[in-house]
Amino acid sequence: MDINRRKFLKVSGVFTLGLGLLPLGNALASNKKVKYAPNPKALKAKNWAMVVDMNKLESELDECISACHKTHNVPDIGNKKEEVKWIWTDSFESLFHDIEHGHLTGKIRHKNFLALCNHCENPACVRVCPTKATFKSNDGIVMMDFHRCIGCRYCMAACPYGARSFNFKDPRPYLKEINPKYPTRTKGVVEKCNFCSERLAEGLLPACVEASKNGGLVFGDLDDPNSEVRKILDSQYTIQRSYSFGTKPKVFYIV
Amino acid sequence: MYNSRNIIIGLVIFIGIFTLPFVFGIGKKNDAPKLSLDTPKINELEAKECIEDTDFMRSNHMKLLSEWKVSVVRDGNRIYVSEKDGKEYEMSLENTCLDCHSNKEEFCDACHTYAQVEPNCWSCHVGPEEVK
Repeated sequence: MDINRRKFLKVSGVFTLGLGLLPLGNALASNKKVKYAPNPKALKAKNWAMVVDMNKLESELDECISACHKTHNVPDIGNKKEEVKWIWTDSFESLFHDIEHGHLTGKIRHKNFLALCNHCENPACVRVCPTKATFKSNDGIVMMDFHRCIGCRYCMAACPYGARSFNFKDPRPYLKEINPKYPTRTKGVVEKCNFCSERLAEGLLPACVEASKNGGLVFGDLDDPNSEVRKILDSQYTIQRSYSFGTKPKVFYIV
Repeated sequence: MYNSRNIIIGLVIFIGIFTLPFVFGIGKKNDAPKLSLDTPKINELEAKECIEDTDFMRSNHMKLLSEWKVSVVRDGNRIYVSEKDGKEYEMSLENTCLDCHSNKEEFCDACHTYAQVEPNCWSCHVGPEEVK
């Protein structure tokens, strides 16, 4: 068999061309269609937001918190340093430090206010996340993809609202009961409120909203002028936590 | 060859130790795990078939689950339309897969242990035996 330079180049040229056409052939051969679809029952919105009416909510704070934490398997570590929380209460001074001027009525100063992730329109946590584990979804919810979280805690440093918690240890031993419908987290993962995106997908309102029977929590589409949330915002004076930071939070308060 | 005696003895010992596991395994059979489909939910089914063909599921369930994860969390699509018959399923490990395969130990774990695969699904997703 004799092969000269010219022949070799010709043959290898043909083979290279064939290799280049391979992806095309593959694409034609696999006409399998994998289809994913949203749940038709899902509640839809462009920009989910919440109004916290503290006048109606005051007696139901504990119910709201426990409804959320039971639904999402949030552990009770029992230690302030390592606590994990999605929704919690704190004083006006802590939550609204920039508008607390020292001469507020005692009623406001001693009241406990509900706090949760603000699902900001311009979220600082999303900007800093190196793995895109936290991201803004199409419906305006700041979501966590726990699968991708590497536990670097940049997001915790970035969030001005303290809405994020880190799992310093395996949370499972600290759960009184496990809700099998929702996963727990594992050691080394950051977690926070997800506006119950898994419940919205089934057509249910968030667990805390459902638990606030007096209507202290109102949930709706901020971009829809006819939504419940917008009706309240258009008719009443509302405040936000640390508006001046420019993160554009989407949890509004009536105090 | 210098020191040929020592070298050859050393080589024989080395090869002997190295092949020991194979020598012990000669003539032994390691049966593939038998996966149990004996759960109340599966027994109710007329045709005992998964959401896709058994062969496809056997070789591709991990890819499918990985795609589900992205689709559900990232894109908000929570319904899977089966290629087999167009039936719709909720994409959820806990609520769909484990609803039928409620015997995780005899089904998932049996094969994973045999193949020495350690999927990290269960560090967060709740298996039926962990529900208190």
